[in-house]
Amino acid sequence: MMEQMKQRFLAAAPAADFWSFRLVDETMEIIQVRQDVLQPVTSVRDVGAMVTVHHRGGMGYAATSDLSVAGLRAAGERALSWAERTRASSVVDFTKVVAPTPRGSYTSRVERPWSSVPLADKIDLAKTECARLKTDRRIVDWDVLLWHTAGDQLYVTSGDGEVHQHYELLTPGLGVTANEGSETVTRRFGGFDLGRQGGLEVLDQVGFGEHAPTLAREVIELLEAPNCPTGTMDLLLEPDQMYLQIHESIGHPLELDRILGDERNYAGTSFVTLDMVGNYRYGSDLLNITFDPTIAEEFATYAWDDDGMKAEKEFIIRDGILKRTLGGATSQARTGLQGVANSRACSWNRAPIDRMANLNLETGESTFEEMVASIERGVLMRRNNSWSIDDSRNKFQFGCEYGRIIEDGELKQVVKKPGYNGISATFWRSLKMVGDSDTRQVLGTPYCGKGEPNQAVRVGHASPACVFADVDVFGGE
Amino acid sequence: MQSYFNQIADFLTSQLSGEEVLTMGFSGEDSDFVRFNQSKVRQAGYVQQRYLELDLISGSRHAASVLTLSGVEEEDRSRATETVESLRKLVPDLPEDPHLLYATQVCSGEQTGDNTLPDSGDAVERILAGGAGRDLVGIYSAGAVYSGFANSLGQRNWFSAYSFNFDWSLYLRADKAVKSSYAGFEWDADVFAGKIDRAGEQLTALERDPRSIEPGRYRVYMTPVAVNDFIGLVGWGGYGLKAHRTKQTVLIRMMEEGASLSPKVTIVENTKEGVAPNFQGQGFLKPDQVALISAGALQDCLVSPRSAREYGVPTNGANDMEAPESLDMAVGDLPQEEVLARLDTGVYISNVWYLNFSDRPACRITGMTRFASFWVEGGRIAAPLDVMRFDETLYRAFGENLVGLTREREVILEAGTYGSRDTGSGRIPGALIEDFNFNL
Repeated sequence: MMEQMKQRFLAAAPAADFWSFRLVDETMEIIQVRQDVLQPVTSVRDVGAMVTVHHRGGMGYAATSDLSVAGLRAAGERALSWAERTRASSVVDFTKVVAPTPRGSYTSRVERPWSSVPLADKIDLAKTECARLKTDRRIVDWDVLLWHTAGDQLYVTSGDGEVHQHYELLTPGLGVTANEGSETVTRRFGGFDLGRQGGLEVLDQVGFGEHAPTLAREVIELLEAPNCPTGTMDLLLEPDQMYLQIHESIGHPLELDRILGDERNYAGTSFVTLDMVGNYRYGSDLLNITFDPTIAEEFATYAWDDDGMKAEKEFIIRDGILKRTLGGATSQARTGLQGVANSRACSWNRAPIDRMANLNLETGESTFEEMVASIERGVLMRRNNSWSIDDSRNKFQFGCEYGRIIEDGELKQVVKKPGYNGISATFWRSLKMVGDSDTRQVLGTPYCGKGEPNQAVRVGHASPACVFADVDVFGGE
Repeated sequence: MQSYFNQIADFLTSQLSGEEVLTMGFSGEDSDFVRFNQSKVRQAGYVQQRYLELDLISGSRHAASVLTLSGVEEEDRSRATETVESLRKLVPDLPEDPHLLYATQVCSGEQTGDNTLPDSGDAVERILAGGAGRDLVGIYSAGAVYSGFANSLGQRNWFSAYSFNFDWSLYLRADKAVKSSYAGFEWDADVFAGKIDRAGEQLTALERDPRSIEPGRYRVYMTPVAVNDFIGLVGWGGYGLKAHRTKQTVLIRMMEEGASLSPKVTIVENTKEGVAPNFQGQGFLKPDQVALISAGALQDCLVSPRSAREYGVPTNGANDMEAPESLDMAVGDLPQEEVLARLDTGVYISNVWYLNFSDRPACRITGMTRFASFWVEGGRIAAPLDVMRFDETLYRAFGENLVGLTREREVILEAGTYGSRDTGSGRIPGALIEDFNFNL
């Protein structure tokens, strides 16, 4: 199918200085069981293409689900028309953007294909896990999710570029909610934070079959727990909160299109400015952040971005110092700065913009036990459930599902509704311990929102547990 | 497009056998999207997309599939037939769905709009002219939006609208900016010029030295746009029947403790006055209005067909998320022109940003001030405000601490474009609130 569509496009390619044809063919299957009842099994097949042209300094795109020769010709003409019509008023001089013309292919590593197990067996698995969640009369809702995605993307350019990338993704999840009177609490594992690349082996990697009893126990613990105390104290964040902290207060502020102002009307700007690159102390010496598209199981691993730039691992922050920002070929041409291959689109019907892809915090040397032992008075927080940050990505406030008091180096009672707030520009400087590889988890979310028109893309974040000093912490009311 | 969808629906209906029932949902758009930055064009493009959602039902067994349509009939018939055949193979092996409910009483209808849109290229020229000499950033979205429903029982529903939404802001420096929007069906140069002029005037007020305030409780005025975001968040799990029956609603204290909002607060899902389709994915029509909160007290829930079957109550045509699409908040008696005087000293919040629940059962909402928010003294704007984080419950802000709602409302057309162009809207007043909590 890909080859046929390519030939159709080539027969209708626009006469432009540069053109690209990005064809996406994506399928999804979603299995969800709620309160032991199978929800409607839903499959999706989404096929379409985007034609992008650079012409006489302008840029235009057109996306279409009409993949006939006539449809693709019309898309090419429309893209060219927009490039012509806006070239004199373009904020970017596209004659200065050297569009890559890559060749090659990439395929997700898959050990146990989704299709190797019959649907009925996958439904049985979801139902089995679901049935293990209802362990107490106070549990009022419970559910299990298995969400599989497979996609092929063909990227063809003038100048003989051609890249084929095939990806497979699995997003498993379990959730359980308990209530007593007017208090309701939820514990979740996965769902919107545990997307991984691969097949059914992901379930083994994340211990899918082991979490139901823990969640069911913890949700009742939370229901009976006091609120998290208020005060300034040390904070031990588990990876399922660290991923959000990295995402919101390092990833987004370092996206170069935000720094350049493209997102100011919607997603916002950044407290980071271009002159900070190379010298700004973002965090303590323990902070090492990488853009890493090479980890096979991570959600946003790929070999080329959606503008055809080769993806390679790069240090973004090394020993606490900002080394480079997250900008693709266009943003690099606009600024003259080094960036990464992160120009990405959520699908065929949205144009690529700077996104963070896999952004990871490199492991340190502290064991979990050492981190707990180091804290005289603090809180451990697990699994994000509330997130908010200002449009410059500075003043944040995050909440978690599950907390435990740490006193005199020991884990104490469970507390509910733990939250904390801070300011990105100073928060990372209070990073005082970074967990070792035993504390590290590879996580990812399908729902990173940004862009006009809006796009929700997949991003991956791997992180160990970390300790921060003197953080403002609070609970519910 | 309507006849195209109906042809596909008729064709697929002719392919069914035995007791099979097929529901078909259509969504599509032909949209120009032009982004602006620094009063120049950042990205200009066009998106043509068509999606068909099929649910093949046999007794109580069913499965659903979504596929892209090309718009080429032969190709689409082939794709859709293939999809129905794969669903047909799947359905017998699935368990019965005890919560399946779809419309069996045929209620066809159509809501079709006329295309009076300007040429998008011309609109871009006007925007560039309006932004000349300023730092304008935003997006112009325009074109046709389609939505359809059909089932093999003969029901046909159609919605089409030709609209534009220019969502934009003027920047002074850093994060100091004025937010505005111009949305509708027909471009009026005078209206647009007036909006540009007003934003320019507000920008002047931002030139003063900004004021930082200490965390604490302040008297605030929220514009209708800000109220729309604050109250709109409650629609995320607040009004749905499933959220109520599973005790996950953020309004649980109204359910369980008899908590209430100010008697000034009345909120309605007002489909009749909104701009969204009046039908939903299983073929049920929405009533003109559903009262959600009346004089501060919890009223009706939004009930999707699935929840209706699960909990044994009638559906009121809610979407699967059981979230409002046409939010309508009743006006108060505070004249708009007296807002600053009545605020006296406090914070004028033009826009809020990145709202989320910080304590769901308490309906405590955190978020940021954004764009042209001001410190007001003695009824006059004193200084632009550096952004502040708030963390406040619905019960305090729109309960005991609500001073008043404005006599005038704004019609707010949602500018969202996740997946497709949003057809949601709000008719919302401004709100004067005392002791509003800022915490960072």
